[in-house]
Amino acid sequence: MSGARHLYVHLPFCAYRCGYCDFVTLVGRRGQHAAYTDAVLAELELERPLLAGELDTVFLGGGTPTFLEAQSLARLLDVLPAAEELTIEANPETITPELARCLRLHGVTRVSLGAQSFQPHLLEVLERRATPDAVRRAFYHLRDASFDNISLDLIYGIPGQSAADLERDLEAAIALEPEHLSLYELEAKPGTRFTHAHGAELSRQAEAMEHYLERVVHVLRSAGYRWYETANFCLEPGRAGGRDLRSRHNLAYWQGRDYLGLGIGAVSTIADRRWRNAPRLRPYLDALAAGRRPPREVEPLPPDVRVRERALLGLRLDLPLALGSVDSALDHDALARMQALALVERRGENGSGTIALTERGRFLGDAVAAELIA
Amino acid sequence: MPQDRVRNFSIIAHIDHGKSTLADRILELTETVSGREMREQVLDSMELERERGITIKAQAVRVNWKGHQLNLIDTPGHVDFTYEVSRSLQACEGAVLVVDAAQGVEAQTVANAYLAIENDLELLPVLNKIDLPQANPDAVAMEVAELIGDDPENVRRISAKTGEGVADVLDAIIERFPAPSGNVEAPARALVFDSSYDQYRGVVAFVRVVDGSFRPRERLRAMAQGTRFEAEELGFFAPTMAPAESLEAGEVGYVITGLKDVSRLRVGDTLTVEARAAAEPVPGYKDVKPMVFAGLFPTDSDDYPELRDALDKLKLNDAALVYEPETSQALGFGFRCGFLGLLHMEIVRERLEREFDLDLLVTAPNVAYIATTKSGEVLEVHSPADMPDEIERVEEPYIKASVIVPKEYVGAVMELCNERRGRFDHMEYLSEERVVLIYELPLAEIVLDYYDQLKSRTRGYASFDYDLAGYREGELVRVDVLIAGEPVDALSLVVHRDSAYARGRALVDRLREEIPRQFFDVPIQAAIGSRIIARETVKAKRKDVLAKCYGGDITRKRKLLEKQKAGKKRMKQVGAVEVPQEAFLAVLNLDEAKR
Repeated sequence: MSGARHLYVHLPFCAYRCGYCDFVTLVGRRGQHAAYTDAVLAELELERPLLAGELDTVFLGGGTPTFLEAQSLARLLDVLPAAEELTIEANPETITPELARCLRLHGVTRVSLGAQSFQPHLLEVLERRATPDAVRRAFYHLRDASFDNISLDLIYGIPGQSAADLERDLEAAIALEPEHLSLYELEAKPGTRFTHAHGAELSRQAEAMEHYLERVVHVLRSAGYRWYETANFCLEPGRAGGRDLRSRHNLAYWQGRDYLGLGIGAVSTIADRRWRNAPRLRPYLDALAAGRRPPREVEPLPPDVRVRERALLGLRLDLPLALGSVDSALDHDALARMQALALVERRGENGSGTIALTERGRFLGDAVAAELIA
Repeated sequence: MPQDRVRNFSIIAHIDHGKSTLADRILELTETVSGREMREQVLDSMELERERGITIKAQAVRVNWKGHQLNLIDTPGHVDFTYEVSRSLQACEGAVLVVDAAQGVEAQTVANAYLAIENDLELLPVLNKIDLPQANPDAVAMEVAELIGDDPENVRRISAKTGEGVADVLDAIIERFPAPSGNVEAPARALVFDSSYDQYRGVVAFVRVVDGSFRPRERLRAMAQGTRFEAEELGFFAPTMAPAESLEAGEVGYVITGLKDVSRLRVGDTLTVEARAAAEPVPGYKDVKPMVFAGLFPTDSDDYPELRDALDKLKLNDAALVYEPETSQALGFGFRCGFLGLLHMEIVRERLEREFDLDLLVTAPNVAYIATTKSGEVLEVHSPADMPDEIERVEEPYIKASVIVPKEYVGAVMELCNERRGRFDHMEYLSEERVVLIYELPLAEIVLDYYDQLKSRTRGYASFDYDLAGYREGELVRVDVLIAGEPVDALSLVVHRDSAYARGRALVDRLREEIPRQFFDVPIQAAIGSRIIARETVKAKRKDVLAKCYGGDITRKRKLLEKQKAGKKRMKQVGAVEVPQEAFLAVLNLDEAKR
């Protein structure tokens, strides 16, 4: 084992919490940003033996990584190991021309900007503070700082979102010509105050919104984007000077690679173990200040489980999956059934062949995957 | 004991009117059970008997009172066991009719009283619970007197709980009930009025000796069934088993037969001694046939052998239970079981689930139909799916139902009975306030939810009892359900032609709600023969993906899909369609409004 080539760093701080969010986030806490940065770097030192000598990707997620107090952010970026792809998640209202330049200066190669919507009434439902114009301004600040790999996050299936609203959001996003787009259907997670407020409305409109993903795929493809993963799109190489603009970090998850996660709530998967750091700040800071690993929940991952995960995750991609690598995880009767229903396409001979979801199979990906696993 | 010093009697009552409490007081008062041994409801408590290592329930207890031998014969407490009750009553000369002084006459009071009168028993009417503040003894005494054609003055007033008046009841039993009048010298005859099974001793028969006498080790024969065996032991309960040297004409007791199966010695049969064989049995034997049928399937098909073993064991003690293996293409392997009635079905189901820890899927109950095919063949049909396509005529069982309600609910009861194809027979006032309504109804109309409806429409005031009233021809059709073009045997119904459309529609609507969306459109149809009478479609799913899946989501996502996969294994496969087990129960509770 030559070590994980992918590093995730969780930066939980946010200026405020959006109603639909169920990530590990902490509001404000300016005074603790430096201590948290120290702790993350201490955890990095403890776990460094798990990492490869050279990393492929580093991903700073949150929370709102760009809300991290500037000095701490700069220090973090300087100390983290170098990687070919270094992505940071950003909220539009945090992006100033100075911050954009600073990120570029400290080696960030890719920014994932949480736009969510361009419709004021939908942003309000989501309890987002940025206006549509703030999203656009942030985007251009990044462009001005010469970022040539920007991703926009959009949410669809928002309570009250009409089909026309969706079209307008897609149009507004395409107009900015981002290299990459992530389209997330709103998940009303039980227990969030959002679900409390909008759950009934969401279940009422579920059927009306059933075709939104089909619409998203159609519109973005027409605009030259590749639907390379269930929720992710990137500009076709032909329209991007031959560049492969898929998120390399996220591809690592979908291809079942090892990754190390740092920070509260962060998950790591290395060899036959997966662990999640406890989500609470104080015990995390205390443990690392004392030179100990933070409290964690460890899940053993026997080889058959990793193969099953590789199958489940691999089916989200638009590339065929080599049967040889996942054969033992599949229910072959179900596979034949899914083929007969034209949901799965199988190419080549047993052992050396591949399977891939058909177009319709991709829209029903979870149901098909649930059938296919043994 | 000379016959003139013997009295055989039963206590009959509506449920909870105090039969068991009175029995307990009698045991106590006659010192059959000492005060220290006395436990509540000795006769009725199976649990208690099990604790004491007695597996044979006393169906008859011998007590002594003022130089007389009194045999108290227990009767099964419910409508489904009318025949067994009538056999128990046949073993008696008198019956104590217990009526709750607060509740008044109820449906079972009436049914039991009539049964006793039919069996020529002397009735001793008793009002119980006179110590209750809400007791209304004067009014209830009028009701009782009216019911049995006696003088209200003759209705005794007691409290079985406190013991008040119980000694008088015992005196009256000796005074009013006739002594047995069998012929001691005649060939031996004994009526089997109940039986039970003990795992060590085999079938134990409870008998009333009518003529002659029986002794241990004699060769006996059951005259109707022809079963032969040796009497391993004779005796009586006092209240535990007491072996005896003989049982004489007029006496009541038990015979240990050594038989391994209760179905070989049916209630109502007559025992005789081979060496002193009687020519004629005691009249009245009937082969009781099950009237209500349902499919029993294990929820987990691996439990099939356990279900079979459990039924075999129950059968040892329940001669009325019948079952045969049934294979449903939708539900797999199970049994089609026949019951005397709804309560019997409930009891069996409960015992299977509680005593044998089985998880069962019970299909909607149906009745036994008699179908004559176009070719003239006559079939008894126990399952709607077995109803032949080409029928000349179908007959269905009818019941005579008596419903007792306060008069303000008469309209509600009539409405319900009319909806259920009932034919009004007559109505009588039991008192100024309470009415008994007699209806004839197809049994099929009460097996689903009649009783629940009756209770809810009368706010729980109605009491209900019924008697089978023979078979009658009906305009009946079989409604089949097709899921994605495949007929589903477990969902077929036999219904009256007039309600076929509404029932088919309701069933199809329910199924559309119960069957989850699949990868393709699933048509659901109700049909009579090849004619489709209702149709719905479960639309194919268009989208089923969780949008977001990154490093922190993988475990949750995998577990979700694994759970989904496991859920699919519990679904029943109808062709290519996955149908949840609950859908098969749709037929049980079709929305009342849609009928």
